[in-house]
Amino acid sequence: MTAPATVDVAEVLAALEEVRDPELDESVTSLGFVASSTVSTDGFARVRLRLPTYFCAPNFAFLMVADAYDAVSGIAGVTRTEVVLEDHFASDAINGGIAARSGFVESFGGLAEAELDELRADFVRKAVLAGTDRVCRPLLAAGTTSDQLAELTLGDLPPSADRERLRSRRAELGLPSDDASALLVDATTGEAIGAQALPLHLRRARLTRVSIEANGGVCRALLSERYATSGLGQKEEVL
Amino acid sequence: MYEKDGEKYFVVDSHMHYWDASPENWVAGAEQYAKGWIECFHAYQSLGPPETHWSIEHFQKASEEDLMKDVFEDGYVDVAVFQPTYLKEWYTTGFNTTERNGALAEKHPGKFIVNGRWDPREGEAGIKQLEEDVARYGLKGVKMYTAEWRDGSRGWTLKDPEAYQFLEKSQELGIKNIHVHKGPTIWPLDKDAFDVSDVDHAATDFPDLNFIVEHVGLPRIEDFCFMATQEPNVYAGLSVVIGGFMHARPKFFAKVMGELLFWVGEDKMTFGSDYSIWEPKWQIEGFVDWDYPSDEFSDYPRVNTATKKKILGLNAAKLYGIEVPAECQLPGDEGTPAAKDDAQLVDDGARV
Repeated sequence: MTAPATVDVAEVLAALEEVRDPELDESVTSLGFVASSTVSTDGFARVRLRLPTYFCAPNFAFLMVADAYDAVSGIAGVTRTEVVLEDHFASDAINGGIAARSGFVESFGGLAEAELDELRADFVRKAVLAGTDRVCRPLLAAGTTSDQLAELTLGDLPPSADRERLRSRRAELGLPSDDASALLVDATTGEAIGAQALPLHLRRARLTRVSIEANGGVCRALLSERYATSGLGQKEEVL
Repeated sequence: MYEKDGEKYFVVDSHMHYWDASPENWVAGAEQYAKGWIECFHAYQSLGPPETHWSIEHFQKASEEDLMKDVFEDGYVDVAVFQPTYLKEWYTTGFNTTERNGALAEKHPGKFIVNGRWDPREGEAGIKQLEEDVARYGLKGVKMYTAEWRDGSRGWTLKDPEAYQFLEKSQELGIKNIHVHKGPTIWPLDKDAFDVSDVDHAATDFPDLNFIVEHVGLPRIEDFCFMATQEPNVYAGLSVVIGGFMHARPKFFAKVMGELLFWVGEDKMTFGSDYSIWEPKWQIEGFVDWDYPSDEFSDYPRVNTATKKKILGLNAAKLYGIEVPAECQLPGDEGTPAAKDDAQLVDDGARV
């Protein structure tokens, strides 16, 4: 008989690192949303999540709790998973729904009309736009013209975490994401952006990034007002 | 009026409140929501400078004396626009009703503009109430909560046929300004309550009404900006933008202001303190002193004294027909119509 593999909390946190706030396109760990985590010797993983306010949007809260459950229960050696959202007006509905493996509509007992896939996809499209600004801004600052940008492919960019993040969001939407694909694509159709449409596309990309990052800034400020302690794996924003 | 370096700023606080969120006003059985709501607002106050923070007890219910001092005596405001928020499911007499605001306004003539509200789901009764409110308070504006959950309905949109009836009625009754809350909300659960496409439709079909999007669609500034740049009668209500960002996140404040100035333009942005989330004093002083913090922001439109005068009061004074003393007016009309070039840019982009 072999002893059961023990799971380290660090593995749980690594799994949670892949769980994003869909609206902010950032991991729940770096945002400070992971209040605590334990794993028992027999593989029972427990996670407590927290949010910046009592009234944070329940649809996004539900997605994060559900994604966290899936990420943690997929760890080899985890035999049972519990993810609990603390201090939220919809905690009971969300926690009960996740524990019962119900969808969003069922968890909210008729108060919701549709599952959240389309909402999630909308926000991944926004993440693609914001990510486009992250990789293009340094190029523009270095003197690349917008006509030149229109000719570039993803593979033409110097390797960076921002490039891989953009690539992975594009892949998630089924958009072209290999090195040969155009750097600038429409986040809905995947079509390359032509030179004529490019200035507006870049303006929208910057605007979308400002919006998401500013929103994240407010969330961080409210979270630190609400809780005196840092979350597990919490990171400060890069301003 | 605020005066700095020889410049005189006429101040219209176009978005503020007079609420009662004290425990005595909490609806039995809904206490957790009433408490959670006001605590959530109170947390937002923490984004302002520490010396402006209040205790939760004070914050739950500011007195008439507090308000008059904070807004007019210390806060430089010339005219304040009350925006109602009912929330009667949680607060017995309502959170911040037109009646409550109106009573204060009647005691202090010339200080306040009282806005009303309507909800297209109230049908004929709602129309009748609106007529009564216009007769009583001389409404020039209304505040809408399209995401409000009510009797099994999960919100509504400005493009619903029922909403069009209310918009027509509003226009007929002399209402000019439609303030739409597009910002942080709770219900409905699955619709994206920040969607601003309904404002786009209504603004096109009612060109003589002004649509002021409060909180600039936060946290979806991008959707708001892209819509507003195409509609000459859509305005950016800055409540929460100055209060929430200028002190707590100055770099993001600069970026958000830069984007708004680019897409919406300085002629269509209006100051609102969101009192009593935040007091107007520090917001006005800080904004008059404000400029972009570094060269990093050189792509954005510049701000000057005229920009600030428009945003702090002159734009809202135009919307509400408020007389501005000659010493606070701009010499000539320095304004340019809202971002026509950008609208052109968008049109060009849309054709590609």
